[in-house]
Amino acid sequence: MLSASVRLGRKEFAIDATFEAPTPGITALFGRSGAGKTTLMHLLAGLLNPDSGAITLDGETLFDAARGKNMPAEARRLSCVFQDLRLFPHLDVQANLDYGLRRARHGPVVIRPDRVLELLELAPLLHRRCWQLSGGERQRVALGRALLAQPRLLLLDEPLSALDAPRRAEVLPYFERLRDELALPMILITHLFEDVVRLATHVVLVDSGHVLAQGDLPSLSLGPELRALLGADGSGAVIEGRVESVDAATGLARVAVGSGQLLVPGEALRPGSVVRLQLLARDLILATEAPRALSVRNQLRGTITALATDPPHNLLVHVDAGGAQLLARVTQAAADELGLHAGQPLWVLVKSVSLRGHAL
Amino acid sequence: MTRMSDAEIEALALSLQVALRSVIFSLPPAIAIAWLLTRRRFSGRALLDAFVHLPMVLPPVMIGYVLLLLFGVRGPIGHWLYAQFGIRLAFTTAGAALATAVMAFPLMVRSIRLALENVDRGLEQAARNLGAGAVDRFLSVTLPLMAPGILAGAVTAFVASLGEFGAVITFAGNVPGQTRTLPIALYSALQTPDGGNEAARIALISFALGLAGLFASELLARRLRRRLGR
Repeated sequence: MLSASVRLGRKEFAIDATFEAPTPGITALFGRSGAGKTTLMHLLAGLLNPDSGAITLDGETLFDAARGKNMPAEARRLSCVFQDLRLFPHLDVQANLDYGLRRARHGPVVIRPDRVLELLELAPLLHRRCWQLSGGERQRVALGRALLAQPRLLLLDEPLSALDAPRRAEVLPYFERLRDELALPMILITHLFEDVVRLATHVVLVDSGHVLAQGDLPSLSLGPELRALLGADGSGAVIEGRVESVDAATGLARVAVGSGQLLVPGEALRPGSVVRLQLLARDLILATEAPRALSVRNQLRGTITALATDPPHNLLVHVDAGGAQLLARVTQAAADELGLHAGQPLWVLVKSVSLRGHAL
Repeated sequence: MTRMSDAEIEALALSLQVALRSVIFSLPPAIAIAWLLTRRRFSGRALLDAFVHLPMVLPPVMIGYVLLLLFGVRGPIGHWLYAQFGIRLAFTTAGAALATAVMAFPLMVRSIRLALENVDRGLEQAARNLGAGAVDRFLSVTLPLMAPGILAGAVTAFVASLGEFGAVITFAGNVPGQTRTLPIALYSALQTPDGGNEAARIALISFALGLAGLFASELLARRLRRRLGR
């Protein structure tokens, strides 16, 4: 467990943040650009000193203003992948990769070079100079260099946002492999919710240097803090379910969610694996009677647990669908017409084409 | 033009030797002072900055005179050096190197400082994050990134040293084979009756040397920059 409680006063803005990150696990620091996420990373890594507060990692104190303790950044073993990567231009790829490794040799080498070369497919790049690499390749080299420094925790600052869509698609699987194959704790700094949905196990919401909320993604997705960050159109429940089967002919995976099932596009999903689905509140349809003769394939039975106003004219309906917590946005007018109230049983409809499953 | 005379070759070799020694000995302190002036905030920084630049604005003869006062056999430092190590600087080749080093020092510090200011601090942060301590990251990241600027500074200082006259003749005199460098040989030739032809020859040698130096520096800097991908 990494726990941090840090304060830093700056002319432009102030940081006052307390949060925890489980180890192992991927914790996303999610917030808009300029929310102070990168400053938080620098504080954790020791590249910047908090005015007050404390940082501990798995019981070891990295910083404690009250006790005057401050482990130097070079001794912390928290590797950063900076947003601008910061590959050494005077060294080739091999020497860049070796930089942290050579300085970590006095400790145990847990993350082996051959493993990293294989995982990130770096072998063909070794003798190139950094300016001869493409954006995705540079990203992989920076990641490899950080890993080979044998960190206890990896700090990733917007690792994907500098890349265009094809490069993102090229690099993202490497992060998923890292998550799955090295049980290395990571803190992922991002302003892209898609990264959070795909990678994070724990989420810390950051705004103006403060922590708005933290927790696991399914429960955070129901709260007002995340909704404020994502905006009305982007918000909705994130739920997790197990893949029951995949039909190659239709390209649909059957995912068990709560007491029901959803058909999700995804030939690549593996049966038995856990996937994460984002159900946008605006995409859900509520029905008070069993619907018939609709193209909508997905119908979940549930009960309304709460109703919340969603100004100016909408209503957010919280539905418990056999354990899966969903969120639907309907107009106040529709809610009145249907007579929606807490405790009411109903059906939640969602089109398969509006769903995308992310393997966890 | 016929072959160079022994005296000309001697003056040329001496000039190169003096310039090389001055550059080699002033490089480490120039790097240290450039680092202090760029990276450290301390009281007296402006004073140190001004002091380093003094040779650029003072008459070279005066620099030579001050050196004579300090490093002459009866000067405080010169006396100590002679008593402790038997080293004599005034009117020796080493003294000529010292005088040219002092004169070229501001040039060197300026270009090294410029190079240091251009080093991306983010790369030093990255090195630190990867486990490199202060000295380690200076040697493994900062210094290599500064290399083109250091080289440019050293070559400029070297070429300028070849031409240093006032401070050298004041502090080190005009001893053939010891301190008579090309510009001093040129001056001596002009002082001699019928020395006009000889003066022209030495002027031509100096001209060719300076030009070659500038070309070499440009070539080297370009190669280094290419290695850094710029």
